[in-house]
Amino acid sequence: MTTESGAIGLVETQRAVLFDEASPLVLSSGRELSPVEVAYETYGTLSPERDNVVVICHALTGDANAAGHHGDTDRRGWWDNIIGPGRPVDTDRFFVVCPNLLGGCQGTTGPSSIDPRTGKAYGLRFPAITVRDLVTVHRKLLAHLGVERPLAVLGGSLGGMQALQWALDFPSEVQGAALVCSTARLTAQNIAFSAVAREAIMRDPDFNGGDFYGEEKGPALGLALARMTAHITYLSEEAMRQKFGRRRQDPAAPAANPDEPESDFDVDFEVESYLRHQGSTFLDRFDANTYLYFSRMMDRFDPFSEPEVFGHLKDLKTKFLLVSFDSDWRFDSNHSRDIQRQLARAGIPVSFREIESPWGHDSFLLEIPDYHRTVATFFDNLWRERQS
Amino acid sequence: MSLRPDLQLVADLVPDGSSVLDLGCGDGALLDELIRNRSCTGWGVELSDDGFYGCLARGVPVVQGDIDRGLEDVEVDEVDIVIISETIQALRRPELALMEIRRVAQRGVVSLPNFGHWRLRLELALRGRMPSSKELPNPWHSTPNIHLCTLSDFEALAGACGLRIVKRIELDERHGVASGLAKLRPNLFAAGAVYLLERP
Repeated sequence: MTTESGAIGLVETQRAVLFDEASPLVLSSGRELSPVEVAYETYGTLSPERDNVVVICHALTGDANAAGHHGDTDRRGWWDNIIGPGRPVDTDRFFVVCPNLLGGCQGTTGPSSIDPRTGKAYGLRFPAITVRDLVTVHRKLLAHLGVERPLAVLGGSLGGMQALQWALDFPSEVQGAALVCSTARLTAQNIAFSAVAREAIMRDPDFNGGDFYGEEKGPALGLALARMTAHITYLSEEAMRQKFGRRRQDPAAPAANPDEPESDFDVDFEVESYLRHQGSTFLDRFDANTYLYFSRMMDRFDPFSEPEVFGHLKDLKTKFLLVSFDSDWRFDSNHSRDIQRQLARAGIPVSFREIESPWGHDSFLLEIPDYHRTVATFFDNLWRERQS
Repeated sequence: MSLRPDLQLVADLVPDGSSVLDLGCGDGALLDELIRNRSCTGWGVELSDDGFYGCLARGVPVVQGDIDRGLEDVEVDEVDIVIISETIQALRRPELALMEIRRVAQRGVVSLPNFGHWRLRLELALRGRMPSSKELPNPWHSTPNIHLCTLSDFEALAGACGLRIVKRIELDERHGVASGLAKLRPNLFAAGAVYLLERP
């Protein structure tokens, strides 16, 4: 691994089979799954005491490549600005691990993987998964790397949900959990958007009950629509105003779809072209079934509604940091405030800050000075407490 | 690192193991002492960025927020004790803060500077200008201390908000415990005071 100034250089995604037929993954539903292979990346160096591990949990459409690049220095990991030497998650100090999630489609076993019993892709025969199952696999990956416990778990959105579940289920395992624009419970509006995305995918004529692998066409239209709808919720109205305003497409530009005759309802405004681009580039890297499984898993996440959680809370040793953004309307600050209330009421140390940012939910991926300084200060304290 | 003397006095009024809410907690020095050495739990509320980062750097739980908006999401009797240290004079709604103490805790500790101190009175009388002191260094137009009061004023407001004064510790001009005249005529001779308040 080579180091550029403040940035991680070339990295490689690694793979490990963590569960096999002899010791399958037992899901929270009771069902078993094997084999389970996980794609992951690591940055920094594991300390001799193996006590400097930070697990990065990715969001709905993320992958294992959180930082560094795979050869093209212009295409860097999705959280490259926060992970690296001297960055808030400082790889001169921490050994950072970022796995692709169970049920995913970027190297880890998911609905597009081959079911060994049938020799065909799982499709919708893939078992239902929960955030708890994601944590089970993360912990198994650490065990595989010879690590007993993480120093900290950090995640944005769905990533934060994993950090919360991990800390609640294993109350003396995680020293610090940082949740950025996350939630402990989706609202009816959040679930409504999930529902529209799922409908778009499942009503696509080429969805074929989830068995579209190897077919000439898959539910590309539905998946692109799902992505476009979701993307609107990731940006704020102000962000869209600043980014696109009411600017029109260049009329001299070639038509978006050259096969079809031009009509008055083709892409006209820049925001339309942007959304269409987001939708179509998504198809190359994402699986429609993974989208269904992940969105359903998020809908059902509600850890504070489980009676046993309050037993765990009294033993909970984790320090929490919650960050939200004032223009985020997907998981607005009330989601973080609700987590702060649940934890503080139980006497658990939790810090919370709402950051000013016009960029909506996507702010968590951006380099916003107050946000990065907040994360950096939290991790600096964890580092110093670990040493003392 | 030792605590500022008045913070030490505040800390001594908090029983070990209490759950604490520190409103206007600054850089978290007081909470750090209470959590680290006196097995307390709790968190601070702080508006300033500097204070927020200070708390985070110490590992003291802190929520960035404005006390003047009230604590509506903190439940009745959620904590044992609320602390408002050298902050009440900077609030837009001091009476709301006192009512909130009463709602969310059985007890409160409030420390504040005394605008009735003889030196300030003399300065106002002789110079005819708003007085300043070590605790109140800024001119009237730029001071964050927008609701200055005397100890008698504060005691009247605490009573009106339904809080009983259990204990008053008079402070001298160096933030230490005052003696002599300040105990006899606090409103004239104490530079400030720390109050232990209780819901009757």
